[in-house]
Amino acid sequence: MNRLTRWLSQGLFALSLALASSALAQQPLRIGFGMSLTGPLAGNGKAALIAMQIWAEDVNTKGGILGRKVELIYYDDQTSPSTVPSIYTKLLDVDKVDLIVSGYGTNVIAPAMPIAMQRNMMFMGLFGLNVNSRFNYDRYFQIMPAGPEPAVGWTQGFFDAAMTLNPKPQTVALVGADAEYPAMALEGARAHVKRLGLKVVYDKTYPPNTVDFSPIVRAIQATNPDLVYVGSYPPDSAGMVRAVNEVGLKAKVFGGGMVGTQFAALKTQLGPLLNGVVNYELYAPELSSKFPFLDAFIGRYQSRAAQQGVDPLGYYLPPYAYAMMQVIEQSIKAVGSLDQAKLADYMHKTEFDTFVGKVRFGKNGEWAASRIMMVQYHGIAGNDVDQWKKPGKVTVLYPREYATGELKAPYYENKQ
Amino acid sequence: MDFSTALVLNAIIAGLLLGGFYAAVSVGISISFGMLDVVNIAHPAFIILGSYIAYIVNDRMGLDPIVVSVVLSPLFFAFGMLLYRIYYLCFEKRGQESLRGLAFFFGILFITEVLLLLVFGVDYRMVQTRYSETTWRLGVVDFPLRLAVPFLVSVVMVVSVQLLLTHSFFGRAVLAVAQDQLALRLMGVNPVKIKERAFALSIATAGVAGAFLIVIQPVQPAIGREFIGLVFAVCVLGGMGSIWGTLLGAFVLGLAESFTSTFFGPSWSPAVSFGLLLATLALKPAGLLGR
Repeated sequence: MNRLTRWLSQGLFALSLALASSALAQQPLRIGFGMSLTGPLAGNGKAALIAMQIWAEDVNTKGGILGRKVELIYYDDQTSPSTVPSIYTKLLDVDKVDLIVSGYGTNVIAPAMPIAMQRNMMFMGLFGLNVNSRFNYDRYFQIMPAGPEPAVGWTQGFFDAAMTLNPKPQTVALVGADAEYPAMALEGARAHVKRLGLKVVYDKTYPPNTVDFSPIVRAIQATNPDLVYVGSYPPDSAGMVRAVNEVGLKAKVFGGGMVGTQFAALKTQLGPLLNGVVNYELYAPELSSKFPFLDAFIGRYQSRAAQQGVDPLGYYLPPYAYAMMQVIEQSIKAVGSLDQAKLADYMHKTEFDTFVGKVRFGKNGEWAASRIMMVQYHGIAGNDVDQWKKPGKVTVLYPREYATGELKAPYYENKQ
Repeated sequence: MDFSTALVLNAIIAGLLLGGFYAAVSVGISISFGMLDVVNIAHPAFIILGSYIAYIVNDRMGLDPIVVSVVLSPLFFAFGMLLYRIYYLCFEKRGQESLRGLAFFFGILFITEVLLLLVFGVDYRMVQTRYSETTWRLGVVDFPLRLAVPFLVSVVMVVSVQLLLTHSFFGRAVLAVAQDQLALRLMGVNPVKIKERAFALSIATAGVAGAFLIVIQPVQPAIGREFIGLVFAVCVLGGMGSIWGTLLGAFVLGLAESFTSTFFGPSWSPAVSFGLLLATLALKPAGLLGR
């Protein structure tokens, strides 16, 4: 009798273990993050969220990862760095997420880093600029293709494209907002100015709440620069482009690091004023043959974006938000577990195949090589958004392997 | 005329045009804060509300945003009356207007922003007008109509407010409220009604200023916060409760910003502007035209 009881109890214990492990396998794989759904960068945050939700649906349709459905747990960080630490603490301690990724942008990635480091979590950043330069965290990765030296990689295309002009430019004006991103962009620009031996005739910053940019443009015009590099946020980008057209800037090349012209809002609002401007982009319909999966994804994104009132084009952030999740998906599948050290180790060693092409990370977690595209706008007529959905409005100047034409200068003669 | 003269002349014009816009966004605060002692920290939110209403009418019907804002200003006036009535009943009547009233207007600021976010989304919005891409040139001086048209309408609006306040019974009653409410009561006038209408007038000017803003630059729901410091600075620099002072203070700050941007570097402009404010208050504590 005693033996029978022991067998029965052992059998029940084994059954309960099996049931428990089965129940664990059925639990969703939870990925947590903060995202800017309100505040100044909410437009980007919402667009990124749509892309990540599309990815989760795609993965779950294929049966999930490691046999577990994926669930995204996210909170609104209000585009405020102060909200970020509490969000990630809650995600890890209360929601018990399996993985964390960042929200959009440097300002909300940096405050999440100490928490990721304390918990030894692999941490994937969405469009942070050089965040890891101070942390040196070996489990940090970042999906924006700015390269191992983000400030330098971000600005390289503008200067390399400008230096193809004959005669070569001699002087440059640098201007940007008193804020984190423009400071980084201007730092990168100064490195190229030094490398190329250009003479800086204007190097100044302006307060982020500047309303009228015409005095700044006139001061730049007075120095008669060949190149004008601008690092700005959307309202300043619009103000700067308008002021340049009002004053009649006589530079050979104008633009570079203006945030905003990548999105439908400023593309349509500025319309023909963008003709001749050289600025960075991450995707253009001209390159659809190089990224065969992006057209279908962007089509799906655009149908949802229209309903949610966010960027109706989705060329800038959404493809990379999706690619970020693809990197994580491929890593977990290859490693076969959620071991954070093994995931980070695998990500350092592997080249990933994503919607935005091949992605390989360098030692600091940034892309191993920069791939920020520099384009020149042309032929824009009116303010219709549909003209941007097909090829013909931009010439890709950089990188050379994606180039679709040559830089046309001077800027003021190409405003058509 | 040499090049530096052209720079100086353009800096003067740019400063005046910018000052005209600053006057429009600040005149409402000069009424509510300067005259009525109501710390309406939500004033910039009503400016953004005005921007979005102008945007939606411009987008759907193609009407000029500034014309739309003037036509719809009675709506803002009515909204201002309602808001003051709530503020009066909940806070001022109970003598709790100082800190709790401030919290009330902070709340209104956030609620307005969130409502705009929910209705219009998070993208930057801008309007298309026939004049926004036109610049008139007079010799070496540029007059971008994107700034010149708001400037002209702003000056007309501010002068009209001043005339209303000095040449009408209502205006004199508002000035009386600012000085001695008890005396006004003894004259048989209800100061609450006067304050209600004066506050409503300040909200109406915010609606019109919102149209100016969206003509000048793209807006998103949270952009109004950037103007909180500016509007109070203009109000205090000009002299609390002085409409002419507000206009003068706005021109001073506009010119200071324009000259600093042109000749010394734009990053110095806030320091110069607020340095001027401090210097003025040190020499003339009541502000430029304050009593």
